[in-house]
Amino acid sequence: MHNKEKQTLFTLITSIVLMIIYAVIIYQKRVVPDPEIINDMQFWGKYFLLFIPVAIVSMIVCYIIFAIVNKIVTSEDIEDVSDERDKLIELRSVRISHWIFTFGFILAMGTQALGMETWVMMVTFIVSGVVSSLVSELAKFVMYRRGF
Amino acid sequence: MAKEFISNTIRKQRFMNDEMTQKELAEAVGVSRQTIVAMEQGKYSPSLELAFRIAHVFKMPFDEVFQYNADKDPLWTKKKKRNNLN
Repeated sequence: MHNKEKQTLFTLITSIVLMIIYAVIIYQKRVVPDPEIINDMQFWGKYFLLFIPVAIVSMIVCYIIFAIVNKIVTSEDIEDVSDERDKLIELRSVRISHWIFTFGFILAMGTQALGMETWVMMVTFIVSGVVSSLVSELAKFVMYRRGF
Repeated sequence: MAKEFISNTIRKQRFMNDEMTQKELAEAVGVSRQTIVAMEQGKYSPSLELAFRIAHVFKMPFDEVFQYNADKDPLWTKKKKRNNLN
């Protein structure tokens, strides 16, 4: 497996694990003691915003660990060259991710049009965000495997 | 994107240039080694800019390194089929 494929697979797995850990922590710390909080928009806003720096810092730490382990195991440096093929793959995966999130956004608006509770909309947003990001990474992995 | 109608002789040219490694060629033209691997395997067709750079590194005319086979190009084969039907 080439470095780019390894990196993509690593990002995919790390994002799933990070998302699950964060969701479980928030659920146990905030939702279990007060189940009504899921209808509070301030709760969603706060934890959405908090997730961004948490995810960035965790990903950086994980990448450093990945680079060190990769160097020890394969004695190869991770190439930081981003060439035309990488850009094309990135562009395609971003397009896929964009369409999935757009579909999720429409679905979230649909839940409100049908008179569902606010938390349903927020969960739809989160799920579509996570799915779009995962599918985008998966698409990248597939494209790297088959050449483009 | 893999295109059967575009082929190349990069592997042969590397051999003719003192067994130049994929890494050396990649560094010379500013791409990753994986991109060179994908091109050699016919899985990726480079941009015109990159193709010219590769030909320049080997000091060869462009069409010695990259070949176009119109008979395999789906654009022409589709048109031919359509014309035959008409």
